[in-house]
Amino acid sequence: MLWIAIRMLTGDAQKFYGLLFGIGFSTLLITQQLTIFVNLIERGASGVFNAPEAEVWVMDPVSRTTDVSYAMPSTALDEVRSVQGVEWAVPHLRSAASVRTKDGDLEQVAIIGVDDATLIGLPANMVQGDKRLLRQPDTVFISDGGAINMFGAGYDVIGERLELNDQRALIVGITDTIPAFTSTAELYTTYSRALNFVPGARNRLSFVLVGVSDGESPAAVADRIEDRTGLKAETREQLAQAGVDFIVENTGIPTNFGITVILGFVVGVAIVGLTFSLFIRDNIKQFGALKAIGVTNAKIVRMVAVQAGMVGAVGYALGVIGTAVFIWAFSGNPFFKGFYIAWQIPLISLGAVILILAITGWLALRSVLSTEPASVFR
Amino acid sequence: MSEPVNIAAKVEGENAISARQIARDFQTGQTSIRVLHGIDADIRSGEMTFVVGESGSGKTTLISIMCGILWPTEGDVKVFGTDIYSLSDSELVNFRLQNIGFIFQQYNLIPSIDAAANAAVPLIAQGMDVEPAREKAKELLERLNIADQADKLPNQLSGGQQQRVAIARALVHEPRLVVCDEPTAALDASSGRRVMDLLREVAVAPDRACIIVTHDNRIFDLADRILVLEDGRITHDGTEMPADH
Repeated sequence: MLWIAIRMLTGDAQKFYGLLFGIGFSTLLITQQLTIFVNLIERGASGVFNAPEAEVWVMDPVSRTTDVSYAMPSTALDEVRSVQGVEWAVPHLRSAASVRTKDGDLEQVAIIGVDDATLIGLPANMVQGDKRLLRQPDTVFISDGGAINMFGAGYDVIGERLELNDQRALIVGITDTIPAFTSTAELYTTYSRALNFVPGARNRLSFVLVGVSDGESPAAVADRIEDRTGLKAETREQLAQAGVDFIVENTGIPTNFGITVILGFVVGVAIVGLTFSLFIRDNIKQFGALKAIGVTNAKIVRMVAVQAGMVGAVGYALGVIGTAVFIWAFSGNPFFKGFYIAWQIPLISLGAVILILAITGWLALRSVLSTEPASVFR
Repeated sequence: MSEPVNIAAKVEGENAISARQIARDFQTGQTSIRVLHGIDADIRSGEMTFVVGESGSGKTTLISIMCGILWPTEGDVKVFGTDIYSLSDSELVNFRLQNIGFIFQQYNLIPSIDAAANAAVPLIAQGMDVEPAREKAKELLERLNIADQADKLPNQLSGGQQQRVAIARALVHEPRLVVCDEPTAALDASSGRRVMDLLREVAVAPDRACIIVTHDNRIFDLADRILVLEDGRITHDGTEMPADH
């Protein structure tokens, strides 16, 4: 009977494709929006991910994320270095600044000052240029997304001069950077040079980046730093989570994406429910005839379940593949750089598809099960 | 294949169906309407029995009850000796699957499967694999002279051809009772007679019975026995139509 069920489903091409469209579109909407949402809020942690060597981040107690920080006195660096379990500690500056391009345009950028000696604080990889070039006078690296945003795709930014706080900055490299939540261009330079690029203030040390000694856990060292210095110390995982939480708590993004995901679900229920109901209604006489002939309700339920399962499996696959193609197609766009589909997202959309089919299948089944076999004689 | 439940193994005398004191009420809002009034009727094996009457006389309700797809409000029905309404729901469904073949007025063929598969539906429902079931159905289609249409979809067949597929579906599992609802209603006179001849040839045998609901007076002469229903009561039981009809 399952063979008959599948043939009944695929034999009505219009409704079959309608059902596939409903499930596929719903899956696409849910999976794609959740993917964008997850990747977008993870950008709140991009500052942490872009400094991969740091195991512990030390900051002023009121600082919350890499982008929401309050500067500390420079003596904090020595205090941290004196704590047991700290293998190394380097200064890290993060500040906003205005930059004037050669065309005279004013752009808002993030200045990131990394340790002069070790260059700890730079992203792991360079798209163009060598990290050692940063030791030359007046040099900066620009983030890859920032280069495109400021100069346009395909423009060779190497050798480009910028003006920062009346200081000259020469771009000598492009970093492979996870974009920030705000997509602001990031200029990396040495800590001492960064102090000249940002407007003066008494305290300008944003963070102290810490590597822990062998055998020490970052969490234990972070606790010890807090005890000894009174500063706030977080492991990279804690600070990354804080960045994500900050966006979730302080923006309307979860609500907006949540609404879209719910809409995807509702659209799925509406399209699939309507098409499935029409399909069942068109075949109600055949189902009635099958019941009269001697097909049990249990077999009818299995037939409808197979029909729903087939539509669900194919539609879901189309939706997930559609999302993957979407992400792949836009991977060259700086906004989508590094986007990936977390494994939990297809599971969530699968759950949504199962729920859609359970609701619509149950609604459709009610009319079949309540059909009296005798109705075929009327 | 599922285990056949041939509950109708015992034959009680020569009656395929014995219906006693059948009454049936239908609820319309708060009003209950009785459409059958204590009917006693026997359908004999080896005969083609016509149930005749005006629209609304209760003939469809009567055969629905006789073949186990509509519960009577009162009364008992024995089909080949089995009190079918004492069976559980699943036993009754299985009983129909094993023992009764149906020919519906509008055929109710499944539009997306070919003629052979449509004819094979009862065998597939019994658990037979699709291909062997189709092969067996094709043998019957050959007997009905439409073997060359076996691979066509119902919408590619004429009305008469669809009727033959429906007949094949009713007979493919070799039921002992065949129930037909207005089998000639959509056919012209000559096609109707051919279908009736065909039914007599394939559906009527000493151990089988065939009930036909009709109000097509062009085929009354083909009946072995005619039951006339009026207002939910049998007013005539004979080999010919009464003179006043």
